Amino acid sequence: MSEEVEIRDAEARAAAARAADYEHGWSADIEQEFAPKGLSEDTVRFISAKKEEPEWMLEWRLKAYRHWLTMETPDWAKLDIPPIDYQDAYYYAAPKQKDALKSLDEVDPEILRVYEKLGIPIEEQKVLAGVEGARKVAVDAVFDSVSVATTFRRELEEAGVIFRSISEAIREYPELVKKWLGRVVPMHDNYFAALNCAVFSDGTFVYVPEGVRCPMELSTYFRINAENTGQFERTLIVADKGAYVSYLEGCTAPMRDENQLHAAVVELVALDDAEIKYSTVQNWYPGDAEGRGGIYNFVTKRALCQGRNSKVSWTQVETGSAITWKYPSCVLNGENSVGEFYSVAVTNNYQQADTGTKMIHNGKGSRSTIVSKGISAGHSNNTYRGLVRVAPQAEGVRNFTQCDSLLLGDRCGAHTVPYIEVRNPSATIEHEATTSKISDDQLFYAMQRGLDQESAVALIVNGFAKEVLQQLPMEFAVEAQKLLGISLEGSVG
Amino acid sequence: MSLLRIENLTNTVADKPILKGLSLTLNAGEIHAIMGPNGAGKSTLAYTLGGRPGYEVTGGSVEFDGQDLFDMEPHERAAAGLFLGFQYPVEIPGVSNLQFLRESLNSQRKARGLDPLSGGEFIKLAKEKAGLLGLDMEMLKRPVNVGFSGGEKKRNEMVQMGILDPKLAILDETDSGLDIDALRVVGEGINAIMRKPDKAVLLITHYQRLLDYVKPDFVHVLAGGRIVKSGGADLALELEREGYAEVLA
Repeated sequence: MSEEVEIRDAEARAAAARAADYEHGWSADIEQEFAPKGLSEDTVRFISAKKEEPEWMLEWRLKAYRHWLTMETPDWAKLDIPPIDYQDAYYYAAPKQKDALKSLDEVDPEILRVYEKLGIPIEEQKVLAGVEGARKVAVDAVFDSVSVATTFRRELEEAGVIFRSISEAIREYPELVKKWLGRVVPMHDNYFAALNCAVFSDGTFVYVPEGVRCPMELSTYFRINAENTGQFERTLIVADKGAYVSYLEGCTAPMRDENQLHAAVVELVALDDAEIKYSTVQNWYPGDAEGRGGIYNFVTKRALCQGRNSKVSWTQVETGSAITWKYPSCVLNGENSVGEFYSVAVTNNYQQADTGTKMIHNGKGSRSTIVSKGISAGHSNNTYRGLVRVAPQAEGVRNFTQCDSLLLGDRCGAHTVPYIEVRNPSATIEHEATTSKISDDQLFYAMQRGLDQESAVALIVNGFAKEVLQQLPMEFAVEAQKLLGISLEGSVG
Repeated sequence: MSLLRIENLTNTVADKPILKGLSLTLNAGEIHAIMGPNGAGKSTLAYTLGGRPGYEVTGGSVEFDGQDLFDMEPHERAAAGLFLGFQYPVEIPGVSNLQFLRESLNSQRKARGLDPLSGGEFIKLAKEKAGLLGLDMEMLKRPVNVGFSGGEKKRNEMVQMGILDPKLAILDETDSGLDIDALRVVGEGINAIMRKPDKAVLLITHYQRLLDYVKPDFVHVLAGGRIVKSGGADLALELEREGYAEVLA
């Protein structure tokens, strides 16, 4: 195995060397321990054993795997997905396990260096470096599938908040996990969700108990760092009655030659009067200018607004991945529950994105807001796909949807596919959509004031996306603004 | 020394020749007005000097402050001190005036090797210049030109000019769409910002009325893509009285 690792590291370094024009294009030099290549019941057993999981978890995985075998890849999205050979991938990769880490000092310096390269906001770097009085942002570092560092665990514990890798949670809080895992996204929900259930490698578990306001924003940085390694993150966040939590998820990935599958599942549960704010900035490798390589991001994200007056707000800034298939949704079961979806999706070169949301109104007086901003450049295709469904018993539902598309150049595509199913006549549903181009007038005006072309494009695009960006926590918003500019470099002129 | 020297400039827009051998020299400390009938090429001149894509230079030369203007990209011209006041200022939704101007100014300062202005310094500057033009700071917090009246847009252009503090301002029909009071405010603004020994202004206008407030040192008539007549401030009065046809006859 070690020989193989060496070869892979050499390949990774070579790939990094080729990554000159991708800002986050590098590969860290960390030893991996791989599951055997390919997918079988043995692979599932290997992963479960690696994780020292209880028997019920293994059975759950196997059940999902067997179900997955009977399913087919969904083909309804406006995406051109090349066939994926699931036997030609690794399903488990982890940093070599040493003794359990007791403090940040024990974190592999390589990993800290990685964070630096990722441009993690300075405040969070301080937190990582253990600077006293630094803003309390806990970072549960998911590095190559396995959490290697968890900060501020104690303070969170004093508040009663459980913030763990999902593997730890399965061992330490089996009852909680068992109660909610797969409740929001059942294992048979869709092809990629079933796959995730079978082989999920790691992820995050958060439980905020009744009446507790989580004392800090929680964030996880995902990395995909092993050549040819599918990533199957699993996140479960439960906000008990009257609880509040804000969760940030940010990603970037190294240069890749081969397509890489990422099929995460995120489940959120909000009970009575609880609120969850989930923010994502996604910057995975989108492939090169000719459309070679890049991440496939096939993610199932869903929230259950189970309680009265519960609220879930999804905010996403999607700039990366070769193919994005992603619909963060809210099942609004609770009376007067609220779902929100704020999205900016940028596609450039040959990227494809089919993204949107589902707002399922089952509860009386439930409300939802959807604001989607799609930006297409190059030869890319950007689709908003959204469902607003109102159940017969759901009186007094309100929804407002706004879908705006911005085109750069004349070879890209923007598509809006709204599905509206209303079975209760008392509902108020609004849908607004616009499509516009960055005009030559705007560009020239900004350039005449002194901005170079790329700054001018970034400024105009950020203005277009402002309604969404201002939903992000401050430090994330700054990062996201930069990212929009970087993603569109070279797309005009 | 001349700040702007245009020699025998020819250009095309969508393959159609517009400027046909235009020559004009502005020295520092001077205000020049360009008048002329519709379609004479006045706005084309402004856009060509600004470097707007689609305004193809086919001959002649332009030297700006000792540099070849056509060697520079539009943003480099701006950083070199060329400001274009737009006849139709453009809307940029979601971007506040303050953000737009601060980024623009700091980008120009960077090109000149200066440190960027801090938020506080910039706000102070913006307040001062907005006050000069009688524009509320609240306006500067709103998205660039979005929902502004015609007069507000023009005043906003002048606030931008005040903040960016150019060497040369080319003002394309800055007086159009202004009522009498706004005209006076804008005129006084131009004087306060640009009437300086090291600056020059090229005023493009149809009407004499702006020139009541901004006294030009020279007036030129642009017709058929060339300067066909030049004179002092009196020429504008003569044009107003007798019309282009009579003066050019």
